[in-house]
Amino acid sequence: MAGPDEEELTKRRARVAPYALLSPGMLWLTLFFLVPLLTLARMSLSTKTSRFDFDPDFTWDFGVYADAISTYSSQLLRSFVYAGTATLLCILIGYPVAYVIAVRGGRFRNLLLGLVVVPFFTSFLIRTIAWSSLLQDEGPIVPLLESVGLMGLLDAIGVAPGGRLLQTHAAVIGGLTYNFLPFMILPIYVSLEKIDLRLLDAAKDLYANGWQAFRKVVLPLSLPGIFAGTLLTFIPAAGDFVNARFLGGPNNSMIGNVVQDRFLVQLDYPSAAALSFVLMVIITIGTLVYARALGTDDLV
Amino acid sequence: MSARAARPPETTAGRLGRWGITAIAVCGFVYLFLPIVVIVVFSFNDPAGRFNIIWRQFTLDNWRDPLASGPLTDAMALSLEIAAISALVATVLGTLIAIALVRYRFRGGKVVNLLLVLPLTTPEIVLGASLATLFIDRGVQRGFWTIVIAHVMFCTSFVALTVKARIRGFDWTLEDAAMDLGAPPWRTFSRVTLPLITPGILAAALLSFALSIDDFIITFFNAGSEETFPLRIFGASRVELSPQINVLATLVLIVSVALMLLGIVFRRRVERA
Repeated sequence: MAGPDEEELTKRRARVAPYALLSPGMLWLTLFFLVPLLTLARMSLSTKTSRFDFDPDFTWDFGVYADAISTYSSQLLRSFVYAGTATLLCILIGYPVAYVIAVRGGRFRNLLLGLVVVPFFTSFLIRTIAWSSLLQDEGPIVPLLESVGLMGLLDAIGVAPGGRLLQTHAAVIGGLTYNFLPFMILPIYVSLEKIDLRLLDAAKDLYANGWQAFRKVVLPLSLPGIFAGTLLTFIPAAGDFVNARFLGGPNNSMIGNVVQDRFLVQLDYPSAAALSFVLMVIITIGTLVYARALGTDDLV
Repeated sequence: MSARAARPPETTAGRLGRWGITAIAVCGFVYLFLPIVVIVVFSFNDPAGRFNIIWRQFTLDNWRDPLASGPLTDAMALSLEIAAISALVATVLGTLIAIALVRYRFRGGKVVNLLLVLPLTTPEIVLGASLATLFIDRGVQRGFWTIVIAHVMFCTSFVALTVKARIRGFDWTLEDAAMDLGAPPWRTFSRVTLPLITPGILAAALLSFALSIDDFIITFFNAGSEETFPLRIFGASRVELSPQINVLATLVLIVSVALMLLGIVFRRRVERA
């Protein structure tokens, strides 16, 4: 039997153990996630005298953020509109897919779920380039749409201005929707899978029709999945520059394109940092407001 | 039973709704696979110029030596190496965090959770740019190890959250039982804890590996002169898109589908046993 000393020792060990387990990972995240954000904040408030000034001077001039916002307001706005539209499309496409897998998948659930993930085993860039070859004027889609007479309609509603699909708003939004779709499907699936299907029977026994049962039972229970999916789709989409680079034209560039160009091409670290900082602050505030609106405090 | 019989019959609208949802789901799957079909089909194309984006004619030439050495295969090898190291480190760090969170009650748990979620709710471009700013600020030359540092950072979060979700429902009293029966801590861990949590850890490790190998944006900011597979494709995409890209992508696809099917078969067998 454990003596009092030994018991004391076990207790102390239990108190220290979690911190010992946590510290390596937390140290890594602090050093390479939190500290860089602080460095970014400081860099955003610095000014460079020339392109080759590698030691920018720090100032407390918060005007840089206003400058960044006003200079790149169209790219900022475009990023949020594109990401918002793509997220909405992801819900509209992803929810039915997740629903059919979870409710009607039966013994094929795992296989269908696998099919959702399979396309994403190929590289993000290669998929996006494949889209650009699909959407180009010589690709298969444009002539097909023309031959069935849909091109005029798409042109009229502004999806395909001038009979082109590539280098349009629609192409970039379509690419974003495509690339982040699984991040919507999987969390919605997880929340739908947890629902006890007998609840649906119960609703129908109580004379709810299919729509009412969905609206009052399934949808509220799947809100956490939609919430998680929205964050996992909107946030990467808002900061993306690959889709705009391959599928968009000069008038479709997003804030990510500007940051990438400022940072890696112009070596203008302060303004790239200021823009990144603005993007992060807007997204963080948006996330908090969204979490409050849906009443979900717990993100995970 | 009687309640069931009293249910109103399905209306036409209800039936239409059900068909509608299935139809959208089918379209969703078509959408998901459209570019994949393009990638595979174009691996058999004999392009006219240096850009393999317009169909000309069928050829098997591209498949004659899929792993022919050159910048693409070098880049792929580098990506595999980085993914292996990053997944290994991130799996260890993330699993330790997950065990601490599920197994113990302690002060600061909320802060830890927040610190895990934040990298996932921060746009990649901000993660990439901030880390690069740190390296520039400290005069660190960006290259192989800065890529690994970046990948471990975001993979650790994914691993910790995945493993945490998978091991939450376990019966941890089994550990106490083993200890009560006189098993020393290390033996308890290796014989009881580890076998319980291994499937979750493996899944998280595979996820890390996949995330690392496909990461472009964060790597782009922190690679220096190193060229991973996605970086190579991005860099080359201005001057050429060789069919070898499609061949390699198809190979990766085949290997991952095979692994996935094996996983499903294996799980079926375990469930049946």
